[in-house]
Amino acid sequence: MDILFLARSQFAFTSIFHFFFIPLTLGLSIFTAILETAYVKTGKEKYKHLTKFWGTLFLINFAVGVVTGIVMEFQLGMNWSAYSRFVGDIVGVPLAIETLIAFFIESTFIGVWVFGWNKLPKALHAASIWIVALGSTFSAFWILVANSFMQSPVGYKMAANGSQAELVDFFALIFNPSLWKQFPHVLAGGVVTAGFLVIAISSWHLRRETNERNAFETSLKFGAIYAFIGTILVLLAGHAQMQNLLTTQPMKVAAAEALWESENPASFSLFTIGDEKGLKDVFSLRVPGMLSFLAYNAFEGEVKGIKNLQKEYAAQYGPGNYIPSIVTAYWSFRFMVGAGTLMLLVSLFALYKVIKDNYTFSPLTGALLFWSLLLPWIANSSGWILSEMGRQPWIVFGLLKTENGVTPASVVSSGELMFSLAVFMVIYAALAATDLFLLKKYASAGIDKAE
Amino acid sequence: MDLQTLWFIIIAFLFINFFVLEGFDFGVGILLPFMSRDDRERRTVINTIGPFWDGNEMWLISTAGAMFAVFPKWYATLFSGFYLPLLLMLVALIFRGVAFEFRSKHDNPVWRNFWDWSIFGGSAVPAMLWGFAIANFIRGVPIDASMNSTGGLLNLLNPYALLCGITSLLIFSLHGAIFLTLKTTGNLHEKAMSFSKKLWAPATILCVIFMAYTVTETDLYRRLGINPGIVPVFSVLALVSVIFMLQKKASGWAFTMTTIAIAFSTITIFMGLYPRLLVSSLNPAWSLTIYNSSSSDYSLGIMSIVALICIPLILIYQGWSYWVFRQRVTSDSELEY
Repeated sequence: MDILFLARSQFAFTSIFHFFFIPLTLGLSIFTAILETAYVKTGKEKYKHLTKFWGTLFLINFAVGVVTGIVMEFQLGMNWSAYSRFVGDIVGVPLAIETLIAFFIESTFIGVWVFGWNKLPKALHAASIWIVALGSTFSAFWILVANSFMQSPVGYKMAANGSQAELVDFFALIFNPSLWKQFPHVLAGGVVTAGFLVIAISSWHLRRETNERNAFETSLKFGAIYAFIGTILVLLAGHAQMQNLLTTQPMKVAAAEALWESENPASFSLFTIGDEKGLKDVFSLRVPGMLSFLAYNAFEGEVKGIKNLQKEYAAQYGPGNYIPSIVTAYWSFRFMVGAGTLMLLVSLFALYKVIKDNYTFSPLTGALLFWSLLLPWIANSSGWILSEMGRQPWIVFGLLKTENGVTPASVVSSGELMFSLAVFMVIYAALAATDLFLLKKYASAGIDKAE
Repeated sequence: MDLQTLWFIIIAFLFINFFVLEGFDFGVGILLPFMSRDDRERRTVINTIGPFWDGNEMWLISTAGAMFAVFPKWYATLFSGFYLPLLLMLVALIFRGVAFEFRSKHDNPVWRNFWDWSIFGGSAVPAMLWGFAIANFIRGVPIDASMNSTGGLLNLLNPYALLCGITSLLIFSLHGAIFLTLKTTGNLHEKAMSFSKKLWAPATILCVIFMAYTVTETDLYRRLGINPGIVPVFSVLALVSVIFMLQKKASGWAFTMTTIAIAFSTITIFMGLYPRLLVSSLNPAWSLTIYNSSSSDYSLGIMSIVALICIPLILIYQGWSYWVFRQRVTSDSELEY
């Protein structure tokens, strides 16, 4: 089989799987830290119980996030050696900083937090989970510095012989406009993911006979506020990110909208069945002017179409196909935005219940709140699929094509790749099943068990 | 000193920290199934490294990260060229990492036994693979003119590297056993002491055989000269001295000596490599060196500032966490894992 296809499949599989756990780590570390702070401030045992309950779920999730993260770090060298040589001078820097700043404080202080309940003063113990949360946030920041460079290269020059890109301005890298749209979006995505999990599990307990009612009402209150704030931020940041893409990667926007020709004012597609080869609609339902409005906050302004961009890119970068998979981009965008819209509605509903101080749920609303926990995961994954697939054929936009980044077959054969992909699939499936088993066990057991 | 040399030293330092720190938690993991059959005692063993293992593993993760940033060609050639061994190591680290967290969260003997053996395998495999890899660094791998290591697995599987793998497995086991004597009491303490004494002889003998084998397999001694200096000599002497300290029940000193042995033998290998990073067995001119593999001076400069600020801080707060959890784990300690 084609090594490029296999290497891409493996990267996609392992990174999507890894990112099932990361947003929750981000969001739940901050959430646990907030609860423990409430415990330190008020001295109420309820908050300590909740800290331990959510902390346990956090740890089960964190473990899988850590081990699947090592795979990501190693895989760049293992499967993408040409990419690593080409861009290590730049992308390696934030990744190394991530390990030296973020990973060390995360993993050292997680040990302090888990084992330090009776060994440290309360405030210092609470500080250690804040440091873990800070570490997770730093980690997201630095990995996104690297990713933002790949989306929108800045602060570099090409080496004289053209063999590699070299960093010339570190500050351009960390003030990359793409980064400052992407980072808040990812961080807010983490808050939302944790918020919805908290809402789901708290409301699940509240529908049952439990002597922990009071604690779960508090938990739901915190979770609903947390989820609502996160949802608003994720929508705003996402909107800003899409507008930024119009200047950095207009092709991604055009593909996400199945916009074949440039339009002014540009229409927003509600539902399109397209002919990807012929680059035309089979059927399309569109809102006139809406895309221009989303892009420029006004009902006019040109949004470039796929065909025009293909011509521009061919002139700029040489002959070739510069169109990503439109089906993937179009539908991943719709899944993300659709899930985001539902999240807004659900979080408003949860907030309404909390404000009304009403913690009884009908079977229907209970089920709705519970299964809404899937929405952030759908949005997170489809968002990243759009981000990465929509950038194709580039691995580093405008500088290196994905096909030129892969480790040559003479070093890693397709047989070895098939083997490793199969190994990851089997192990990750088992890991997911085990993780879900434990999460379910500890989430449904309630607060007593976590003690 | 140029930035490349500075980074060669920093990376050697990162490797040393990894081998010394993760070395003992690998050792504890390897010994775990043999220390006791009793669940409470096994948990005690795991909890001796509970607060530390994850932080220790970061020395490996940051070594890889630093290689990528500073010597990207080394990172690319090494990680792609050692594809299957690294895959095996990733699998081992995955099982090991979740095992610590998952093991005691479910009360079923089969479940717990499975994760205990995962900790064993997840510790033994990397402990062996790192010796195996380091031996290949210095022995040489078939790197061609375009910096690709095309040998595949068969080229890495040579008796010299395998011997080094078994040696590192034994040394880390010894290092871990001595650590356990420092962190446990009673029955477990005696068990650990007896393992330390039993492991000392094979570890030392293999280490000496390995050093002799190095004469024929590598150019290390030719580069270090007739008088190799105090570093390699001290690493062997330190290892030899361990048994005397153990007999005097001076575990702290024994642990210091295994630490010196591990650190000094790593320094020896890096001294023999310098200024090379990965030796080409096809043509000496195709070896990866700190100059042909490095990033630009600008990136090296940024990384130097970051490392020289971060690494001392890491040593301070990691040292603090070791101080917080300095007590022995006893039968009435509160266990988390």
